[in-house]
Amino acid sequence: MDTFGLLAEGLLAALQLQNLIYALIGVTLGTAVGVLPGIGPALTVALLLPVTYRLDPAGSLIMFAGIYYGGMYGGSTTSILLNTPGESASIVTALEGNKMARKGRGGPALATAAIGSFIAGLIATLALAFVAPWVVKFALAFGPAEYFALMVLAFITVSAAFGDSALRGLTALFIGLGLGIIGIDLQTGQARLSFGIPDLLDGIEVTTLAVALFAIGETLKIAADRALAKEEVLAVKGSIWMTKDDWKRSWIPWLRGSAIGFPIGAMPAGGADVASFLSYSAERTFAKRPEEFGHGAIEGVAGPEAANNASAAGTLVPLLTLGLPTTATAAIMLAGFQQFGLQPGPLLFTNNASLVWALIASLLVANFMLIVLNLPLIGLWVKLLTIPRPWLYGGILVFATLGTLGANGAMSGRLGPISFSFELLLLLAFGILGYLLRRFGYPIAPVVVGLILGPMAEQQLRRALAISQGDPMILVHSPIAITLYVVAAAAVLLPLYLRLRGRGDVLGQLASDED
Amino acid sequence: MNKFILAALVSGALALPSFAADYTIMAPAAPGGGWDQTARTMQESLQAEGISGNVQVTNVPGAGGTIGLAQFVNQSNGDRNALIVGGYVMVGAILTNASPVTLDQVTPIARLTGEAIAIVVPASSALQSVDDLAAALKENTGAVSWAGGSAGGADHITAGLITKAVGADPTQVNYIAYSGGGEALAAVLGGQVTVGISGYSEFASQIEAGELRLLAVSTAERVPNVDAPTLKESGVDVAVQNWRMVAAAPGITDEQKAAISADIEKMVNSASWKAALESRGWVNTYLAGDAFKAQLTEDIAATESILREIGLVQ
Repeated sequence: MDTFGLLAEGLLAALQLQNLIYALIGVTLGTAVGVLPGIGPALTVALLLPVTYRLDPAGSLIMFAGIYYGGMYGGSTTSILLNTPGESASIVTALEGNKMARKGRGGPALATAAIGSFIAGLIATLALAFVAPWVVKFALAFGPAEYFALMVLAFITVSAAFGDSALRGLTALFIGLGLGIIGIDLQTGQARLSFGIPDLLDGIEVTTLAVALFAIGETLKIAADRALAKEEVLAVKGSIWMTKDDWKRSWIPWLRGSAIGFPIGAMPAGGADVASFLSYSAERTFAKRPEEFGHGAIEGVAGPEAANNASAAGTLVPLLTLGLPTTATAAIMLAGFQQFGLQPGPLLFTNNASLVWALIASLLVANFMLIVLNLPLIGLWVKLLTIPRPWLYGGILVFATLGTLGANGAMSGRLGPISFSFELLLLLAFGILGYLLRRFGYPIAPVVVGLILGPMAEQQLRRALAISQGDPMILVHSPIAITLYVVAAAAVLLPLYLRLRGRGDVLGQLASDED
Repeated sequence: MNKFILAALVSGALALPSFAADYTIMAPAAPGGGWDQTARTMQESLQAEGISGNVQVTNVPGAGGTIGLAQFVNQSNGDRNALIVGGYVMVGAILTNASPVTLDQVTPIARLTGEAIAIVVPASSALQSVDDLAAALKENTGAVSWAGGSAGGADHITAGLITKAVGADPTQVNYIAYSGGGEALAAVLGGQVTVGISGYSEFASQIEAGELRLLAVSTAERVPNVDAPTLKESGVDVAVQNWRMVAAAPGITDEQKAAISADIEKMVNSASWKAALESRGWVNTYLAGDAFKAQLTEDIAATESILREIGLVQ
């Protein structure tokens, strides 16, 4: 049977009432855990695993898939409304999304995120059905040298998010890179910069840093500045739905985000965060109105949100075709497969074809359910912004603290008879850092980018050099790596060229004015 | 106080069905990993068999389990209900991280499961057997790159032991650490490295599909239904098993220890545990009491000496 026939058969299976109910439970739970701090899709699936032992395999896998997609949808909501990213993939969304929300455009921001997620989910799920075997070959061609080239590209393009001053941007980036060194070095197992504190052995948690810099830092700044505290926040200005102009500016970023997200998600060491960074920089480069970036450009929400959802579908490619889990949630879904005696891998598509196609079809169904569930909720979510500022920021503090406590805030520290959570101390310390950075006009996103990309780049570079026994030529040994370096070079030179040409125009105009 | 009396009663009458104790099992790893799955499978079995009425699993990830271990030792002293899952990887991690707490500070109850470590090469590799691998190692140890789990873990230790056993220099082992067997699998499939070394289950489906060639398994005996020699059969004198265990809190009484051991023994012999092991592809390597203690001491000593030779522990 051809792919279409198999997919149609899968859809018939997924549309059975029982499976529809499992999908509905999944997406509702997923959206809820995506919005709630401190509990992610991975933990939810792990908690449900014993419960599903008594269900049939198709039903429970469909439910897990619903949770997985739902979590990706829910993650953007707190990012946009409260400037509190719950996971590393929605950090970029906060950059433009929260600016939009503060201008009374929270509705369109949430809408473009939801519709973008839907379209990306749709495209990526179809891609999973039709091109998975080829994508996986491409993904496997990525060795340490190619990953390092990808990281170089990400570093260079992300520097577009640095704002106006390259010096300040680089300073912030290096703070992040420095924080990234903390913890056990994967290649040697030795602890670096942990100062004998066991909590630091595993490095700085990205979400703790992001929540501290974004949410706590901002709260401190508002509290410290009387003028800002009195400034009105517009809850809703104009329609809460997207205008014609919003649609026009969103659809290309949605498609571009999907195209960037899916292959990167399929790479064993890619990840939704890298995809969302690259998408953000791409949108900034191609934007018709780049000056709006940093002040609430809708493209900067549409693209990265599409990218992170497409990348979520992308991670299912190595999971289903290789039995290779690349995220925590995928690892637990793998455990779910094994619980039912299924072995994901090259033989899964032949041995359990009906189950795989039912799963892919239910992803499509879950995607439809999510958009139906999420669009009406937008009206409710934006009401959050009508809460008076002192209360809203008080609420954000509680939200951020509870989230950190829930995620990794065990009472691990001890000072005499008092035990405390080391993670909360970190949250507070980074919150103060975030305040100081804002106070003196340093951008904060590069700090988080440095913490995420720095360790990845370091590990890949060292792996590449270890494999080649120190020969640096391995870094440019493959066409993929060379292509990535060329794109990186273009990303530096193209804006320079455009600016020069732009200035030329201006000069020309000045000259003509003189005439 | 009631619980103590009950515990004493139970331990006095092991033949009687034990009372339903509440357990809190710490998995010192993130959800999804082997330890987490072990803890959750225990939870399922203990509840399904009525051995315990209420079992909770908590996750404290990080640093090869040593972060969770430190927290366990600090917070559950004398707590009869507290259990922690651990394994061979923890032995290595305690040494490489110079962990302030060690396995001496908990009360080991039993080894539960074990898994062979598989040594694989891509199907297209020129290496056909362990002999070829040994020859390559002897010719140029550094040119053979190994992909496996985190540095100092069971995979790395096995790579070091093999290198040493074939007569090459273990300090020259070119081990590329990945943050999990899965990423290592991608590196082997993509032909980025010479050899892959990780738990058999990580590679199983690719071996069946013919994408990877299994050179040998690390255990003393062959893995049932798997057509591959052991390292010993192939002339390399190494036998390693990546085992998982359960331990109780420090400072519990002998009676309490006996009661917990009885509960675990009952669980291991239950139908639901056996079924779960089978579906997950784990091998039952139950070993309790003094025999387990002796095995543990032996493993710790052997691990320390090879980690010194590789140069990971000073």
